[in-house]
Amino acid sequence: MRRPELIAIGCSQGGFNALRILLGGLDRRLSQTLLVCCHTSGNVDSLCELLGNHSALPVMEARERQLATGGAVHIAPGGYHLLIENDRHFALSVDEQVCHSRPSIDVMFSSATDVYHSAMIGVILTGANRDGAEGLARIRQRGGIAVVQDPENADASAMPCAALDLAGADYCVALEQIAPLLNHLCLA
Amino acid sequence: MPLPDIELEQIEMDLFVLALKRRHGFDFSQYAPASLTRRVRQLVQVHQCASITELTARLLHEADFVTQVVQGLSVPVSEMFRDPAVFRALREQVLPMLASYPRINVWQAGCANGQEVYSLAILLEEAGLYERSHIFATDFNPDALQRASEGIYPAKDAQLWSRNYLEAGGNHTLANYYSARYDFIRLHERLRRHITFTNHNLVTDRMFCEAHLVLCRNVLIYFSNPLQNRTLALFRDSLVRGGYLCLGLRESLDFAPVAVDFSAVDAGMRLYRRTLQLTSETCDAPA
Repeated sequence: MRRPELIAIGCSQGGFNALRILLGGLDRRLSQTLLVCCHTSGNVDSLCELLGNHSALPVMEARERQLATGGAVHIAPGGYHLLIENDRHFALSVDEQVCHSRPSIDVMFSSATDVYHSAMIGVILTGANRDGAEGLARIRQRGGIAVVQDPENADASAMPCAALDLAGADYCVALEQIAPLLNHLCLA
Repeated sequence: MPLPDIELEQIEMDLFVLALKRRHGFDFSQYAPASLTRRVRQLVQVHQCASITELTARLLHEADFVTQVVQGLSVPVSEMFRDPAVFRALREQVLPMLASYPRINVWQAGCANGQEVYSLAILLEEAGLYERSHIFATDFNPDALQRASEGIYPAKDAQLWSRNYLEAGGNHTLANYYSARYDFIRLHERLRRHITFTNHNLVTDRMFCEAHLVLCRNVLIYFSNPLQNRTLALFRDSLVRGGYLCLGLRESLDFAPVAVDFSAVDAGMRLYRRTLQLTSETCDAPA
C-alpha cells in the first residue's frame, strides 16, 4: 500500500465542532495535503479562521488554480464544487448540486481519487444527508483508506450511516479517535 | 462494477474530444480536465452507454446526438442576481461611470439560460440607462440561448431571486418584471427590447463588438490556464479603454499574464477595468 498523500474530509450538519476536534488533534508534522468539504453556500473565511485557531496546520480556502500544498488544510469554498487536476492544482465548478449540496463531498472524493488513487484517506464525519457515500466507495475501490465517524458518536448519524451502508469502512471510530488514527496512518 | 482504468479512460477522453472537434467543430481540448471528465462520465450514465468510446461512436454516427452532448457539457446553472453584492457593486460603482457614454454596449459571455442577462437589463433600466444600452448575450449552446431568449423560469426559483434582487439594491420588487403563470414565471417582453441573443463560442470565435462592460462569471473556471488567458485577451480587446470586466467571485487571475492589462476596481467582487495603456501582447486570434 502506498503511503497516503492526501486526506479528504467530508462533513455536514454538526461539522464545525467535529472539524474543530479532528483538526485540533492532528500532528503538526503531517506532510499530507488535507481537503475539507463542509456543506455551506456562504463564505468560508471565518470558518478557516476559527478552525485555524484550533489547528497546528494552516487552514485556508482552496483557491482556483492554486497548487494543493502539503501540510495544510484546504477548505472548499461555499457554493462551488472542489475538484483537483492531475497536476494537483485545484479546480472549481458550479455544476448542479449533488445530494442537494455544492460543494459536494462525492464530487471532491471522486475527483481526488482520480489523482491520488490508493494514496489517500477519505473521512466521513457527522451529517444529515447521504453525500460522500458514493465517493467513499470509489476511494475504497481504488484501494484508498476509508474512515467513518461512529454514527453513535455523531451529532447527525445519517451521513456516517449512509457511508457505512454503501462503502463500508476500514475504520469506524469515535470522533476523538480519528485524529490519532490519521496521525498514525500518515506518520507510522 | 469495476472502475474504469484511469489511463484507458484518458485515451477514451482524448478520442471523444477529438471526435467532437473534428466531426462537429466544438473544441473542448483546452477545457480543464477534471470537470470535463466528470461531465462526460455523467453523459455516459445518462445515455446508458457502456463506455466513453460508445458515446464517441454515437457522436460520430448519429445525426442529432451532438445536441444532447453539447447540452450535457455546458450545464448552465445560474440564478437572477446571483451573488447580490456583485450586482450592487455594478449598480453603485460601474453604472454611474457608464452613464457618461452616449451608447453603452454590454457583453455577457456565456449567458447560459439568461438569468443574469435579465438581471443586467433590470439594473440598466433602474439606472435610467437602458434606452441607450444594448446587451449582447452569447453562448455556444443553442439550446441554452433559446431558453434565455424565452425568459421563462420555474416559479419556485422566484423567491430566492426576489431576495437577491433586494439585496442587490433593487428599487422595486422583482415581481414588477415578470408575470407568473402556473408553475412558471416569464420575464416581461419589454426587458428584451435591447438584448441580442447570439451564438458565440469563446474557444473558437473572435471579438464581435466594442463593449463598455463584459460580464463572464463562472465560465473561465472550466478553462485551462492558457485558454483562460486567451479569453481574457479577447475580452480586453473587445473592451473600450477603461471598460469594465466582471468575473465570478472565486475566479483567479494569478496564472493569466493578460491580467496586467486590467486594474482592480473592486478585487473582492472580481470587478476590473481595462487599463489605458496595454502592457502585454495583443490577442492572437485562433486559426
